[in-house]
Amino acid sequence: MYAFDYHKPTSLRQAASMLAKAEDAKILAGGHTLLPTMKQRLAAPSSLIDLGALAELQGIERKGRSVVVGAMTTHAAVASSDVVREAIPGLAEMAEMIGDPAVRTRGTIGGSVANNDPAADYPAACLALAATITTNKRKIEADDFFRGMFDTALEEGEIITKVSFPVPAKAAYAKFRNPASRYALAGVFVAKRGSEIRVAVTGAGADGVFRWTAAEEALKTRFSAKSLAGMAADASMMNSDIHADAEYRAHLVGVMARRAVEAATTR
Amino acid sequence: MAIVSMTVNGKPVTADIDPRTLLVQFLREHLRLTGTHVGCDTSQCGACVVHMNGAAVKACTVLALQADGGDVVTIEGLANGAELHPMQAAFREHHGLQCGYCTPGMIMTAVDMANRLGPDLSEETIRSELEGNICRCTGYHNIVRAVESGARAMAGQPMREAAE
Repeated sequence: MYAFDYHKPTSLRQAASMLAKAEDAKILAGGHTLLPTMKQRLAAPSSLIDLGALAELQGIERKGRSVVVGAMTTHAAVASSDVVREAIPGLAEMAEMIGDPAVRTRGTIGGSVANNDPAADYPAACLALAATITTNKRKIEADDFFRGMFDTALEEGEIITKVSFPVPAKAAYAKFRNPASRYALAGVFVAKRGSEIRVAVTGAGADGVFRWTAAEEALKTRFSAKSLAGMAADASMMNSDIHADAEYRAHLVGVMARRAVEAATTR
Repeated sequence: MAIVSMTVNGKPVTADIDPRTLLVQFLREHLRLTGTHVGCDTSQCGACVVHMNGAAVKACTVLALQADGGDVVTIEGLANGAELHPMQAAFREHHGLQCGYCTPGMIMTAVDMANRLGPDLSEETIRSELEGNICRCTGYHNIVRAVESGARAMAGQPMREAAE
């Protein structure tokens, strides 16, 4: 790891001002992607701005018809939250599937969403649940936020403060893991809210998280796993690597979508 | 350089460190608490697990400065003098180790597991919760037995004897 200056602001305003002033600074949330990347010298920021002391970015609350999660809230906190378990159990179950217990103690929703790793779980949840990502400058709909692998609508100096999830009628997540790395080869989050049905896929797409619109259309007739019988994603849009080729990933997306719908309709 | 202060195994410590010092380096190289191991250095193997503010973390993926003001417990902080912590005693009784390299992390994860989930841990729960701790001797069978027994012992129930 190359040397850097470390800053620990005590307010969001101070964090934003440090970020604006420092050249080539990076925000440190849980650090479970950034620090390994820095160790490999794939990232070498001149400064780290640690958001760990900002109480205003912590916490989970029910606000009307939404669940609002502060950007520095850990996966463990979301997984064990009574508010999330009651309102969107599928979201708590997804958080519990991330990494391992010690990773969930540190990893945060804001960090996961900002990084938009093509195998991360949260981007699928945000997209399927039609979440709104709030920054220190504006609100961004999930549909506009995720722009391809490791790419988001975030601009220089922008800090995610919270993610707001409208409470769905039904929702669930199913993930097929790489047996060694345990990352998603295909992860599918399905959600139904009123007449709107959204199916979001992570781990499998050649360009990161995406909505599987063919499955959404099929589920509009009837929100049942049977509506997806025999369906697979378009293999030409899938990632293909040593772990799974595009055809296999396309197949897995269909299987995971059916499992997610099954889970969402039987709770 | 930057000043860091925290409580480690109940004792306050302060040091002037390079900001890139990892928590595990701080514990091992500055405090000479070498019970916490570095295995993979990529937050996968769990040899470096310690408790930070009451929860298990991988100390290879936390900056020492992120623990500033916090409370850290390492494997050295578990025993009460010469008396082993119940989870340590369970690992000895059930021979939950082969080479021993992963053991400190296994025990710290196991104690955290019992703290969160209580004394009655099923084999399925234990195996799932140990996802982030890798034993390359692959001696998981006895480790699972030890965690099961240690979790009960932590709640004051008698330790089950190991099968011969």
